[in-house]
Amino acid sequence: MDTFDWTSIPGALPILADGMLITLEITATAMLVGILWGTVLALARLSGNRPLAWLAAAYVNLFRAVPLVMVILWFYLIVPTLLQRWLGVSQSSDIRMISALVAFALFESAYYAEIIRAGVQSVPKGQVDAAFALGMPYPLTMRLVVLPQAFRNMLPLLLTQAIILFQDTSLVYVIGLADFFGAAYKVGDRDGRLVELLLFAGAVYFILCFGASLLVRQLQKKYST
Amino acid sequence: MSMIQIENVSKWYGDFQVLTDCGTHVNAGEVVVVCGPSGSGKSTLIRCVNGLEAIQQGRIVVNGTALAEPTTNLSKLRAQVGMVFQNFELFPHMSVTDNLTIAQVKVLGRSTEEALARGLTMLDRVGLKAQATKFPGALSGGQQQRVAIARALAMDPICMLFDEPTSALDPEMVNEVLDVMVELATEGMTMMCVTHEMGFARKVADRVIFMDHGRIVEDASKDDFFGTPRAERAQLFLSKILQH
Repeated sequence: MDTFDWTSIPGALPILADGMLITLEITATAMLVGILWGTVLALARLSGNRPLAWLAAAYVNLFRAVPLVMVILWFYLIVPTLLQRWLGVSQSSDIRMISALVAFALFESAYYAEIIRAGVQSVPKGQVDAAFALGMPYPLTMRLVVLPQAFRNMLPLLLTQAIILFQDTSLVYVIGLADFFGAAYKVGDRDGRLVELLLFAGAVYFILCFGASLLVRQLQKKYST
Repeated sequence: MSMIQIENVSKWYGDFQVLTDCGTHVNAGEVVVVCGPSGSGKSTLIRCVNGLEAIQQGRIVVNGTALAEPTTNLSKLRAQVGMVFQNFELFPHMSVTDNLTIAQVKVLGRSTEEALARGLTMLDRVGLKAQATKFPGALSGGQQQRVAIARALAMDPICMLFDEPTSALDPEMVNEVLDVMVELATEGMTMMCVTHEMGFARKVADRVIFMDHGRIVEDASKDDFFGTPRAERAQLFLSKILQH
């Protein structure tokens, strides 16, 4: 049995760093858009407006019932055409990144929407009454009273979801995008050291994710007291 | 003229009727206490006055504005009506100062300085000026309720609604809240108070309303109510509540 040979890793670090950058970029974008769009979806779902609530529910249920890999592929096939038709963007290598960003953002929104919905419902009804009684209209009540408390309550869940998202970005390999996992795979394939590179990549994912989840636990403890 | 006019009000939760044909009024400067056994609809009634609960029948007019009119801006009306809740409902993510000023600034459009000055005056009035920078969670129940009263007063309301303001308090804290309410009443504030505190009613109420099973069964001046309540149910309630 061959012994492990780690020598190709130091030289591959710049490529791996580029890959990590893409991973982080997708994670950050999907988180940001996911939380914003997810908030809109959650509020729509909680609104008394039936058609609006139905549409939001349909969106959430659709994305939650479809594998992420398929969503990434769909958007890879659809987004370039749409961009060309509407914005006149030329078909370039950047398209893969854009379609991945769109896919992740829209997919994660569905999950964030459910977390945020639960967070909003965790705020006691009396808080809404008090804000209303002070003359605050519904949007102001949400912005100043309900959402700040909701986000505080659901912070651990939001961060946990971000950790899952960080791992899931590796799925962009299906559209040939070199994220951290994709970069490790490429280097390993090139140098014939696939096992070492994937072990290394796995260790990096583990350290980052486990470290982050420890931080979340710490945070949870701090807020629960 | 009546500050609060309640006419033939009925309300249902699904098939269950919580209010049946309730009618009463609160004149400007008057203090009206609403009492009755739990589940009698008294909290529901007071929550209807500023539209926190919708009614299916009847009419409620506050300071000449009918609540159900399509042209009525409910938020604007609520900004003029102070309300104090059983569970205080201070905003836990804001300091006492922010609790006092946020609606003044965001709803009434006052400047931050003006709102702060007004808020601190009211905080001083309920005897809690020293707690301005604290968060609600660091205060006792009685203190929280006094801040809640100050928050409502800082809006310069034309009348105040109290929904069982002392029911969630430990016994030793009831009086500090009642003292503030008594002071407010003697200064001429128009008040509608849902409460079981009969001592408070005796001291400052002009009228007492007794509710049972969603109906107003007694609406009398304080002396008549405590002297000779006409409704049998009210007599029974009084004898139970005044036993100790």
